[in-house]
Amino acid sequence: MRIDGKGLIDRKTALNFRFDGRSYTGFQGDTLASALLANGVRMVGRSFKYHRPRGVMTAGSEEPSALVEVIERGQQTPNVRATVQELHEGLEARSQNRWPSLRYDLLAMNDLFAPFFGAGFYYKTFMWPRAFWERLYEPAIRRAAGLGSLSGKHDEGIYEKAFAFCDLLVIGSGPAGLMAALEAARAGADVILAEEDSRMGGRLLADTVEIDGRPGRDWAEGVLAELDAMPNVRLMTRTAVTGAYDHGTFGALERVGLHLAQPGERPRECFWRIAAKQAVLAAGALERPIAFADNDRPGVMMAGAVRAYLNRWGVASGKSVAIFTNNGDARKTADELTAAGIEVAAVIDSRPDAPALGDYRLYRGAQVTGTHGRRGLEWISVRDQNGERRVEADCLAVSGGWNPTLHLTCHMNSRPVWRPEIAAFVPVDGAVPGLHACGAAAGVFSTAGCLEDGLRAAGAALEAIGQKAPKIAAPKAEDGAYDISPLWVVPGERRAWLDFANDVTAKDVRLSAQENFRSVEHMKRYTTQGMAPDQGKNSNVGALAVLADATGRGIPETGTTTFRPPYVPVSIAAMGAGGRAAGFAPQRFTTSHEASVERGAPMIEAGLWYRPSYFPRMGETDWRRACNREVHNVRGRVGVCDVSTLGKIDIQGKDAARFLDFVYTNTFSTLQPGRVRYGLMLREDGHVMDDGTTACLAENHYLMTTTTAAAGLVMRHLEFVHQALRPSWDVRFISVTEQWAQFAVAGPRSRDLLNSVLDQKLDPAAWPFMACGAVSVSGVAGRLFRISFSGEHAYEIAVPARYGAALFRDLVARAETMGGGAYGMEALNVLRVEKGLLTHAEIHGRTTAFDVGLEKMMSKKKDFIGKAAAARPGLLGAGREQLVGLRPLDAEREIGAGAHLFRKSDPAKREFDQGYVTSACYSATLRSWLGLAFVVNGRARHGETIRLVDHMRKTEVLCEITDPVFFDPEGEKVRG
Amino acid sequence: MRYSGLRVIREGLFGNKGWRPAWREPEPKAEYDVVIIGGGGHGLSTAYYLAKNHGITNVAVLEKGYLGGGNVGRNTTIVRANYFLQGNSEFYSHSLKLWEGLEAELNYNVMHSQRGLINLFHSDGQRDAFVRRGNSMVNQGDDAILLDREGVREHLPYLDFEQTRFPIYGGLYHPRGGTARHDAVAWGYARGADSRGVDLIQNCEVTGIDIEHGRVRGVQTSRGPIRAKKVAMIVAGRSGQVAAMAGMRLPVESHILQAFVTEGLKPCIDHVISFGMGHFYISQSDKGGLVFGGDLDFYASYAQRGNLPMVEHVMEAGMTLMPMIGRAKVLRSWGGIMDMTPDGSPIIDKTPVEGLFLDCGWNYGGFKAVPASGWCMAHLVATGESHAVARRFTLDRFATGHLLDEEGTGSQHNLH
Amino acid sequence: MRITCPLCGERDRREFYYYGADDYLRRPGEGAAPEAWDSYLHLRDNPAGITRDLWHHEMGCSAWLVVERSTITHEIRSVKLVSDVQEGGK
Repeated sequence: MRIDGKGLIDRKTALNFRFDGRSYTGFQGDTLASALLANGVRMVGRSFKYHRPRGVMTAGSEEPSALVEVIERGQQTPNVRATVQELHEGLEARSQNRWPSLRYDLLAMNDLFAPFFGAGFYYKTFMWPRAFWERLYEPAIRRAAGLGSLSGKHDEGIYEKAFAFCDLLVIGSGPAGLMAALEAARAGADVILAEEDSRMGGRLLADTVEIDGRPGRDWAEGVLAELDAMPNVRLMTRTAVTGAYDHGTFGALERVGLHLAQPGERPRECFWRIAAKQAVLAAGALERPIAFADNDRPGVMMAGAVRAYLNRWGVASGKSVAIFTNNGDARKTADELTAAGIEVAAVIDSRPDAPALGDYRLYRGAQVTGTHGRRGLEWISVRDQNGERRVEADCLAVSGGWNPTLHLTCHMNSRPVWRPEIAAFVPVDGAVPGLHACGAAAGVFSTAGCLEDGLRAAGAALEAIGQKAPKIAAPKAEDGAYDISPLWVVPGERRAWLDFANDVTAKDVRLSAQENFRSVEHMKRYTTQGMAPDQGKNSNVGALAVLADATGRGIPETGTTTFRPPYVPVSIAAMGAGGRAAGFAPQRFTTSHEASVERGAPMIEAGLWYRPSYFPRMGETDWRRACNREVHNVRGRVGVCDVSTLGKIDIQGKDAARFLDFVYTNTFSTLQPGRVRYGLMLREDGHVMDDGTTACLAENHYLMTTTTAAAGLVMRHLEFVHQALRPSWDVRFISVTEQWAQFAVAGPRSRDLLNSVLDQKLDPAAWPFMACGAVSVSGVAGRLFRISFSGEHAYEIAVPARYGAALFRDLVARAETMGGGAYGMEALNVLRVEKGLLTHAEIHGRTTAFDVGLEKMMSKKKDFIGKAAAARPGLLGAGREQLVGLRPLDAEREIGAGAHLFRKSDPAKREFDQGYVTSACYSATLRSWLGLAFVVNGRARHGETIRLVDHMRKTEVLCEITDPVFFDPEGEKVRG
Repeated sequence: MRYSGLRVIREGLFGNKGWRPAWREPEPKAEYDVVIIGGGGHGLSTAYYLAKNHGITNVAVLEKGYLGGGNVGRNTTIVRANYFLQGNSEFYSHSLKLWEGLEAELNYNVMHSQRGLINLFHSDGQRDAFVRRGNSMVNQGDDAILLDREGVREHLPYLDFEQTRFPIYGGLYHPRGGTARHDAVAWGYARGADSRGVDLIQNCEVTGIDIEHGRVRGVQTSRGPIRAKKVAMIVAGRSGQVAAMAGMRLPVESHILQAFVTEGLKPCIDHVISFGMGHFYISQSDKGGLVFGGDLDFYASYAQRGNLPMVEHVMEAGMTLMPMIGRAKVLRSWGGIMDMTPDGSPIIDKTPVEGLFLDCGWNYGGFKAVPASGWCMAHLVATGESHAVARRFTLDRFATGHLLDEEGTGSQHNLH
Repeated sequence: MRITCPLCGERDRREFYYYGADDYLRRPGEGAAPEAWDSYLHLRDNPAGITRDLWHHEMGCSAWLVVERSTITHEIRSVKLVSDVQEGGK
């Protein structure tokens, strides 16, 4: 029901919306909750466990009950707080956790069985028969549990993330926050004022308060106008600060487009990372309920929310409102309702000495003992010294006192302290470094106190960053005392709710104590108290009080509540903005990418890079044919392959050679300019880190290549070894991976192909195997290396990256005229397996130089990284698995990597494991399947027949153990 | 008191007044045969099996805070036996078998749910590595099935098969993998140990370990000295500090691992999904929350809380893999302290101090190990000999090089 | 989390790679006993309190840093260049 003349809504702009399929009208400025209340809709959802009817209880993001699904264009958003969702034209929402409908929910029968569904009942049953858990019990529990539903469709919404920086972050825009922001802004500090609500002002919007003789909201408008005009201030509404992290970093969620009917290109939400030198927490306080029988009935609301609906939205939460309180706050509620012409049915004040208020029925020292009404409140029972009576009311405004919104101060493990005079926890100073709690968030509950405290907090923050605070006098405002006499739970036999969202009652907490789950954490975990969508914002303190009572301890002795990020739930999409599809990781493309794609090559991921798998030609029905052709091309004529993804590190300095000796197992100081050497690099723990070639380009100038996968790792390693272990050595490194495009030109006709593009023909005598030097390619200065990863006479030619695309096309075109062509990763792999060359399939982090047969490369004459640890007994010896080749006895029997190996007579059981296959391929050259494998003591077992068992691919193949080099073992071709 | 459906009904009819404490609240005695430092999952299961398997009941579990307050109460609840190195394989296999009988064993519903685990792979190389793993699992007697892309799609149709950054090539399906209700595991073992006479002593911090002539004599605690013939240190992330009381320096660095849970949702994810490329794994709890996590924050820490870079990375991984979860809202994040070892595998061994035993180094795989860790640790403490399935979890293997490095990332603690 | 690189100033944690305790700076010399290597590579004080550990400004200036830091509160006391620390120690 709307109240004329009240509220900050635009009554000229009516908005149509739907809830559970019915059409309603609200106004611009409404939330879904205020609009539903205005339309007399009281029941909006069903509770989690007992499926009891629930209505709107609060007016903020702490709402435990009014959670709905918002529907839009084939997508839906579950668990939206009706109290936060702003109304817009065409908004469509529906209730959750009910079937078939909100009014008639079959699972409402759960409520009848409540005596058996007490805290932790599921730990004690559903155990027999065993197979029934997964098949029957669990599916039933899962269907009954949960709240809203995801659509199951990809979330195609737009989300963003952003960084912001400031001197002072002010969290909350009530009187304390506004004063803090004003003071810091006038001091010239960069200020961000973040407000969760759609409008700044905090409780000034919800209560009738006077500041400096005018309505509080007008005063707030004045301050906001001043702030808005200042260039050093950024006002962020709809922005909830969600977490306090280390060193002044805060997370914040901005609702950007959720309130708009036509958000256009706007993101739904933006997740902010705010780096603040200092911060002020002025987040206010949350009113807490009192537990009494059936206190969850629609119509039972927080008193402050009833005032907020009245003043902010012009909505009467009921026709006849009763008020139940344990503190002086009720007066405001009663006065304001009366002034708005709403009947106050009664004030039930639990304090025996409650002062007389206005002209309404007051029950002193009284308690509400029950609520009644079918789907919403119709009447309550009230007990005082004169007995029990019935009070007709369709709304009960409850105030059990206020809890400071101190959540952020707990995010770094600080525990708040109990302050008995306000019966609430307050944050301790320094809980989060640089975060100053003030106002109601610090337990200051009068408006005047909040204004003063905001100034104090900002002053302290400014001082901490060395800025001078301007002199500002706090405006005048009400400074009443907060008079509370704690009442947590009204005694009685019926269930009294603590955690509305998880259906936890006072009985559950007592039962947990009875069963010795007496620590707060045990109680929480046993009853699920505080683990629901509101994270105990409404209930933790009350539950703690019940536990304290049940265990005969005081509240501070019982424990404290703690809170973890996020303060309000944050969508995965918002915090994961940018991660969708390809956005998850950078994509690296070689200069030949386009040319490869044009040739129809499937591009596959190699770390962050994309590389061509193979280059299909007309008539080739599968990748294997293309691969075989490419292998033949290289073995018979010439092939071209982009190898730019290999890491390239330029190393210079007069100690460069010494340095290489230290990081490689073998010696590089003897390497002459114009020569290349293969090097093996260990981790300090003695295992192979990487292998590759290093070329000596000139005296004190080297170019190291790494594998694609290990490029970053090696770079980091070199920097560490230099800076940490050999800081005085004169050597510097820079990655030039992206500066050079590099292509392998491999095959018997490789020299011919190169001669056709080089400005000067290669002199065979000057270019033996493992030579390197400068070349000129159509006038472009390049580098040439005579190295081979295929076992063929081969080169790698490098040009500055901007010429890469052109050179690749040119080389491939020329290769094709010679009967060759480009080759991809599949062929590259076959070529290297035929030669027994290593990749990270073999050097997978657990292998040693000994395992891969390269122990001779470990110099005995010098220290090097990994030398000492590689000498550990466990890293040597016949018991280790050593690299071998595998050939199936039947050459056409396919073998696959990952298969395990067993002696012919042994069963395929772990105890008999002899090793496993690391790489496998079909060799078109040798007309046989080939594998590389690690086999226990394998080097001594060449010639032995071994059984390959692959349960995954369901194959079993007898293989011969061979030398890992299948092709041209003497290396004649590569030198030819 | 025995739990059953009938008992639940009977108690319910009489106002639930008859439920007895799940465990006693004893005062510490002056002396025990065995003192277990640490009332987490591993400590409680060790106490249980000492009593159950070895008849050793004069045992105290000393817990600084509350029972089950460490990693057993703050993990993503995944139970699996999908290791591939000898030494790990048989241990986790044993553990999974214990899980499969745990409800009956403990008369406590730990909600062990074998909903199946799928490890996704995104390249031929990763597939081969998972084939090796799957074969190891089958060779061990466990279950593994290789799924191709379409096979994954049948199980997990909601993944992004079209646009995700690292295309899904397939998955390794471990049908017996699943989840359990983490707190219940600690409580079930606690209740079982207590009922067999073990004293569970909460709010009792060990402040010193008494050693005479190379032999342990007892412990000093915040509630006074306690003599003990044998002492077992089972304190996970706090192993470094406790071992230091015995003059030991451990191959352990403590790191933060964050985890997340969303608001309750109607069932949408049946399996446990592991997305290695994104360091992301997810399942849905029986309450309806999506429970998921990622990689370490990577810096040494005891803070039990993390920072945003890893939070965001985890969410981004979720969005690239399965953007249907975008509108689920993260309700809570938390952090556990992981005792990271230089090869990523645990330690269950004697120490140089006679009578002092060590169970630690669970990295971030400790939850599923709770039953077998207790089983094997109890065996070691009772008999002085390593249990057959845990004999490679030695303390000196780093010095000797007999490593169990599943990840192949080497001796840097935080890379496992 | 923010770290002040001595060369680049205050930067977000995302720019840095973490290695481990500063034990890694004290590499045993040639011929050191196996125990020294075990200690160097594996054993850690792992303090719950102030520690000195190694970070690499990988997405910045490539400097390796020694960060004095609390493992309980994450407060950072000082950040030094590894190369300064090591040269100073020689």
